[in-house]
Amino acid sequence: MSTKHTIAAARFLKNKENEAWHDHTLWMVRTKRDKMSHSLPEWERLRELASEIKLYSNSHLDTLLEEFEKNAIANGAIVHWAKDAEEHNEIVLRILRQHEARNLIKSKSMLTEECHMNEFLMSKGIDVVESDLGERILQLMHLAPSHIVMPAIHIKREQISEMMEREMGTEKGNIDPTYLTHAARKNLREKFLHADVAMTGVNFAVASTGEIVVCTNEGNADMGTSFPKVHIATMGMEKIVPNLEALGVFTRLLARSGTGQPVTSYTSHYRRPPEGQEFHIIIVDNGRSDILAKPDHIRTLNCIRCGECMNTCPVYRRSGGYSYTYFIPGPIGINLGMLRNPEEYSDNVSACSLCLSCSNVCPVKIDLGEQIYRWRQDLDKIGKASKEKKVMSFGMKFLMERPGLFNTALKFAPVVNHLPRFMVYNGLNAWGKGRELPAFAKESFNDMWKKNKVR
Amino acid sequence: MKVGLFIPCYINAVYPEVGVASYKLLKHVGVEVDYPIDQTCCGQPMANAGFEDEAARLALRMEEQFKNYDYVVGPSASCVAFVKENHPHILEKRDHACMNSKKIYDICEFLHDVVRPESLPAVFPHKVSIHNSCHGVRELHLSSPSERNIPYYSKLRDLLSLVKGIEVFEPKRVDECCGFGGMFAIEEPEVSTCMGQDKVRDHMSTGAEYITGADSSCLMHMEGVIKREKLPIKTIHIVQILAAGL
Repeated sequence: MSTKHTIAAARFLKNKENEAWHDHTLWMVRTKRDKMSHSLPEWERLRELASEIKLYSNSHLDTLLEEFEKNAIANGAIVHWAKDAEEHNEIVLRILRQHEARNLIKSKSMLTEECHMNEFLMSKGIDVVESDLGERILQLMHLAPSHIVMPAIHIKREQISEMMEREMGTEKGNIDPTYLTHAARKNLREKFLHADVAMTGVNFAVASTGEIVVCTNEGNADMGTSFPKVHIATMGMEKIVPNLEALGVFTRLLARSGTGQPVTSYTSHYRRPPEGQEFHIIIVDNGRSDILAKPDHIRTLNCIRCGECMNTCPVYRRSGGYSYTYFIPGPIGINLGMLRNPEEYSDNVSACSLCLSCSNVCPVKIDLGEQIYRWRQDLDKIGKASKEKKVMSFGMKFLMERPGLFNTALKFAPVVNHLPRFMVYNGLNAWGKGRELPAFAKESFNDMWKKNKVR
Repeated sequence: MKVGLFIPCYINAVYPEVGVASYKLLKHVGVEVDYPIDQTCCGQPMANAGFEDEAARLALRMEEQFKNYDYVVGPSASCVAFVKENHPHILEKRDHACMNSKKIYDICEFLHDVVRPESLPAVFPHKVSIHNSCHGVRELHLSSPSERNIPYYSKLRDLLSLVKGIEVFEPKRVDECCGFGGMFAIEEPEVSTCMGQDKVRDHMSTGAEYITGADSSCLMHMEGVIKREKLPIKTIHIVQILAAGL
């Protein structure tokens, strides 16, 4: 009854040392987050507020997005609306062509990953350069992110050193992080200086002022937008918040949750384009309005992409981001994948022990684990339920609905205890892969009660 | 106060001694306790596997069995949480308003919040590490979840403080999942086993001789790891400690 996740996870776990390191590294981030969240007495109140503001904003998109557009235009920005990934990519290409741009420098944006924008632009002859260090490393290694906040968290410095020697001519075998970071910085500096157009994602868009807010730790968004004459900011439409007071709630939660910092190093507000420059904002739907029509899953739109549900998830930490088939892994990715295309991404639904740590850690109170439970209930309807689990569930139901049969089974169950080992611990017994089976009691509780042995 | 003892299927089959200890303990603290005969299962295994509707008849059966009791009390936090959280919407589809969800308690919760015994005769001169099980912590609120910024509390620790001679510890990752998760354990056996191994080692690092908790299912999973690797630690349900000497 293996899913694609099961198989990929088993592969990840074969390298035990690497798995332990991955688990430990992400748990460290969770610990840092705990320290930060415990230092704010109002933490739980903030989570509640954040959740309520998001539920409000996402149920008032019609008015808030129009208010945002009106104010952004008044500020001098050019606002575009994209109904899907294709429209989004076409809009970006059109802007680039209008300015005869040959290259684009961009900061980190999960939305451009969602739209497969880099591949599209590169196929049209545009040189796209990622400026977030993690994303840059992945771009040069031709890999996808394995985490939404720390995209290259699964890669070790030895591998980075090798890649940089090849790409930038750094010293062979030098794995000193400071040395490597300086070299990457020097290399990127050239790219910043010669970029034609800059692109950033959007962490928050403020309806009352028409400004967008970008949070980074490296200042790469600021550096990127400082040289070119054109800035394109791209946002999923759920990034809207009503006003600056609301924004303050989220900026207090975002970095504390995501990385255990009190705040990101840079929280940059973009409101007006400088004289003679252009500021484009693309508002993207790409399936988000469909989620609004699904009350059981509407809270996924609360997500501020902090990534903490991945750090806390005991399955993610032990299976790695690449074990999931959707480009966003972990609890939020399981849910977003199912919302994108349940037939295609149902393999990730097995990656959950229903421990509910994600639901408790989430700064915007998305019921992540509970939603995964609900997705499981839908798998059979779309023909994606595991056949073995179905057989077991129906078998159990048959047995449990018949107490006489159940009691008989209990009587004979101890026989299993005495079966030869090769019959019990063969390849067919998934439990037996790393655990001994529990031994059935000689007498069940039902039996003992009837014989008056319980006193 | 009439209490109906709820014994989940796997406790019935594998750990009847946990049922016996629960019964003795409830009797000892002076509540009128009875066992509705021929109990089977609450339906959680099927529901967590994605077949919630298959639990409907079992839920109805439990409603019938416990209709004459003031409380339903069981020694398995996860099963209790399932009845409390999921039976209502499962039964709603069958036009039945769930009663059990309003009166069901995990036995620790029941002792701690309802009976509130000031003393127990139990003596257990051992080091134990508390296993804060996911559904016990995050659905039944038996202790403060590590993710939340709320003052520390642990109903299990409070109850264990009534036991003489005991030394109580908790693992470093205080409420991380042990990897059981019902059919998750066999659908994702590699991840599940790894989680189990990590959890047992975390408990062992406290120096404890026993892992104890309110959920026999987690204990069963960890016991599987312990036996396979022949590790020097044992599992014991908390009611067996609280009922020691009864």
